[in-house]
Amino acid sequence: MASFSTNEFKSGLKVMLDGDPCSILENEYVKPGKGQAFNRVKLRNLKTGRVWERTFKSGEKLDGADVMDYDMEYLYTDGEFYHFMATDGSFEQHAATPEAVGDTKNWLKEQERYEVTLYNGTPISVNPPNFVELEVVETDPGLKGDTAQGGSKPATLTTGAIVRVPLFINIGEVLRIDTRTGDYVSRAKGE
Amino acid sequence: MSWQPSASIESLQQRAKLNAYIREFFALRHVLEVETPVLSRAAVDDANLQPVVAQACGETSFLHTSPEYPMKRLLAAGSGDIYQICKVFRDGEQGRRHNPEFTMLEYYRRNFDLRSLMDEVAQLIGDFLMIQRRVDLSYAQALKQYAQLDVFNCDDEILRQRCAEFVGDDLQLTRDECLDIIMSHVVEPALPKDALVMIYHYPASQAALAQTFIAEGDVPLAKRFELYVNGLELANGYHELTDPLEQQQRFLQQTQKHNEQRPLDQNFLDALQHGLPDCSGVAIGLDRILMLKLKTNDIASVISFDHSRA
Repeated sequence: MASFSTNEFKSGLKVMLDGDPCSILENEYVKPGKGQAFNRVKLRNLKTGRVWERTFKSGEKLDGADVMDYDMEYLYTDGEFYHFMATDGSFEQHAATPEAVGDTKNWLKEQERYEVTLYNGTPISVNPPNFVELEVVETDPGLKGDTAQGGSKPATLTTGAIVRVPLFINIGEVLRIDTRTGDYVSRAKGE
Repeated sequence: MSWQPSASIESLQQRAKLNAYIREFFALRHVLEVETPVLSRAAVDDANLQPVVAQACGETSFLHTSPEYPMKRLLAAGSGDIYQICKVFRDGEQGRRHNPEFTMLEYYRRNFDLRSLMDEVAQLIGDFLMIQRRVDLSYAQALKQYAQLDVFNCDDEILRQRCAEFVGDDLQLTRDECLDIIMSHVVEPALPKDALVMIYHYPASQAALAQTFIAEGDVPLAKRFELYVNGLELANGYHELTDPLEQQQRFLQQTQKHNEQRPLDQNFLDALQHGLPDCSGVAIGLDRILMLKLKTNDIASVISFDHSRA
């Protein structure tokens, strides 16, 4: 794997730090008047999601991380792993652990496409599309006629996720959810 | 779109005003404006500066990282007090506060000690930025107050531990590199705001071309100061070293550090041999003064075309 010098550090570059793959978020050049030059770097640990700050001497090198993002379709879970299939025509399948899937499990829907990050060939994180459409499996009965007024109630979706929805929503309806905020957007069109 | 300037038109106007203001300031004080070569056969000795290498008339040359050596040659030749506004070049220096090509004001005053120069620089910059409040701190006081370090009585290990939170445990740092980290990561951001903060009497190991002396408690210090405003380093001044033998020693130390083939400036050493008058001098980053004037955090926005568009 190639290595990268501090002057090649830029947002999005994937490098190894303390044994973990990281993505560079920010790189700031710091040089006291007559002193040594440093690079103050912000990185996201791709395994834990944690953001680190670390300072390097300018010219120092880090190994690149074998990390790639792939477009994959969610297939099923066997109770232990979550199975995805590459959409690039290879039909390659990958099993992701619950740790790698993280909160995205709230938005998993069969045949939907997700961004799966592979590190040395193994999924380490799964990102949902910005919007998913999921069916309501449990909520209090809808109030007829109350379509415009405010007020909300909890609804449980097929994935087990609980979202706040307007009072008029009923069991069996399919909702469009913003996965970045976990908010209800609208009823899915054509339902 | 990259054909367009990175600076606003207002920023260009401020730069022109700043240049006019500086020229008037020095005209009133009978300090002579000079020009010296940008392109030189000799290279800077400072191991922490990387010159840009150029070819001229079949010879390897270097773009100056500051006009210090030739200006001192003028002083040795009897020029009297002099100043220069020029572009200088430092390879690899790029970031929100750095552009590899930037504008420097450098000036020298005969028979000024460090204190007199600090006072004049405070007036020059304070008047332009309209900042009156001044805070003077010795290097030791600054590290005590903002990093809780007794810098001249603590061993290297304590400094290294202090730096580990920023650089990790495994990076090997020299004592001065540790101090650079603490200065830039801990002290600078904590310095008083909206004031001219003068830090003076640096460790002798960070003297560059300043005179050194032994202070109370057997501590070797440099007659060097730096001016900070809002954590931004604006000026670096010395009571200048005039001893040619000491100067040659420092050249050799730096050469061991950078371990590169850089032609030493023999003309500069010869000028010192001839005799540099007692003087103090300072280098001031004009782009950063404009950053403060225009309240911007990005040096590109005060440079007509920053390096990415140059």
